[in-house]
Amino acid sequence: MGNILVLAEHRQGALRDISYEMMALAPKLAEDMGCEVTVLLVGSKMDDLAKKMAAYGSKVLVVDDPLFENFNAEKYQKVLSALIDDLKPAVVMTGQTAQGVDFIPALAVEKNLPLVAEAISLEYANGTLKATRQLYSGKVNATVAFKPADTYLVTIREGVVEPPDAAADGAVEKVDSPLKDDLTYRSFVEYIEAEVGDVDITQSDTLVAVGRGLKEDKNLSIIEELAQAIRADIAGSRAATDAGWIPHDRQVGTSGKSVKPKLYIAMGISGAFQHVAGMKGAKTVVAINKDPEAPIFTVADYAIVDDMFKVVPKLIEKLKELKG
Amino acid sequence: MKMFVCIKYVPDTSEAEVKVNPDGVTVDSSRFSFDINDADNYAVEESVLIKEAKEGDVTVVSIGPKKSDVMIRMAMAKGCDQAVRIEDDRIAGHDPLMVAKALAAAIKGQEFDLVLTGCMASDDGHMSTGVALAEELGVNHASMVKKVEVLDGKVRAHRELEGGLLEVVELELPAVLTIQTGINEPRYAPIRGIRQAQKKELKVVSLDDLGVDPASVGSDASMVVLEELYIPEVESSAEFIEGEAEEKAEKLASILVKGGLV
Repeated sequence: MGNILVLAEHRQGALRDISYEMMALAPKLAEDMGCEVTVLLVGSKMDDLAKKMAAYGSKVLVVDDPLFENFNAEKYQKVLSALIDDLKPAVVMTGQTAQGVDFIPALAVEKNLPLVAEAISLEYANGTLKATRQLYSGKVNATVAFKPADTYLVTIREGVVEPPDAAADGAVEKVDSPLKDDLTYRSFVEYIEAEVGDVDITQSDTLVAVGRGLKEDKNLSIIEELAQAIRADIAGSRAATDAGWIPHDRQVGTSGKSVKPKLYIAMGISGAFQHVAGMKGAKTVVAINKDPEAPIFTVADYAIVDDMFKVVPKLIEKLKELKG
Repeated sequence: MKMFVCIKYVPDTSEAEVKVNPDGVTVDSSRFSFDINDADNYAVEESVLIKEAKEGDVTVVSIGPKKSDVMIRMAMAKGCDQAVRIEDDRIAGHDPLMVAKALAAAIKGQEFDLVLTGCMASDDGHMSTGVALAEELGVNHASMVKKVEVLDGKVRAHRELEGGLLEVVELELPAVLTIQTGINEPRYAPIRGIRQAQKKELKVVSLDDLGVDPASVGSDASMVVLEELYIPEVESSAEFIEGEAEEKAEKLASILVKGGLV
């Protein structure tokens, strides 16, 4: 059987957390499958990053070439395609990240290989690889089994496991780039940093965050009143910023900010993992949501299952009374 | 600009409990209202904005039942020109690679500059269909796009990465772009548009009509099996505050004040 090929992800000179997280999942799976883990790094000037990945005990293959100075989905697809032919890995594992989603599905089609996207766990038993993934923003879990194939493609959700401790050093081996010439049909232009707003919510002590449950713009006034009463800043989920209710620089989640306030009040936020990933550093979490099964309650310290608009007016009144 | 926009009809489960049917592999969607997938709604708007700026023509493509016609008509009311709805139970809907193959069959053989679709479906959330579709069509792509600039023979796409960082890429046309939510402000359909949409062509086709061998996009062709759906246990250590809404509010206020949290 071939190895588990883990594509380590990096950007702007640093490894992404998902790279370490996969090193918590891959060795266990390799043990069950009776194979080894091989890490793959594709980039330019990769020596330091290769050393960091090798600290997890597996062999690290490095495609180090100026052509890969910046991520390019088409180039990555070409490299992986060639290495799958060469190495015949049993599994190719990447992150379900902005990089992973940009080329793995195309690779699956090109190589006619099965793909399970955004697995949260993997299990190999009786010759079958199975993945657990989530549907409906985390309200439903699915068990998906791979039919037998030469190589299984799987992407892993970010933040589902803690990175492991470093182990013995693995070997680092450079491999020739399968890509000889630059591409003309897709090119990297630049990175644009996220906009900076008037309030830096990553520094806030108290945050009142609203989601889809806010329903409409005009309902924001009662939230502002609450925020004022407890000297909180207002933040929002992706749904709230997409709708234009909350400025984009106040979005909490994977595509926004990671916050760590002393108190986080989530109102009308279902708590999809993308949001939770951005607020799990909060010390105390209060969640108010109509749906008793809302995933936000899994990270809450205090929970109210109810319509936020029935709760908030009285909450403001009582807070004012108690605080004098 | 000749464009296609691929959209999906999904249940709104954002504030409701989801239950799994006794078959163990489908959810009970009878209590939910259905509408266009959130990200697809932004893709429709983007296609209409491009059409308004550059002139052109937009064809809606969707796989779904008759009741999704209302969604398709709405997209046409906003400015899309015609539509193809693939209605065929033999497509393995759990596998985005099979879905992409069926969508590609409705587009292949026709000229186009851009295919737009949402970057993620709110129901099964693979974020895979659009990128797989690009490969099926043999064209360029960029995923999770938050801004589109159409240039001469090229498109400049701003991809949204983690932490709000944008990666700007340039692609030669034709290309597939998967659109991220928040890229624009989806319009409401004007009354006149709703009337006009009734007269626009909405072709309903089967796999056979598209010349697709049903076996090539069905469960047998799919290399993954959806074995089981189940509701994950909500492992909550939260203190659930009980009572009428106002009581709950009062109790929460006391907890926050007494705990020194506010």
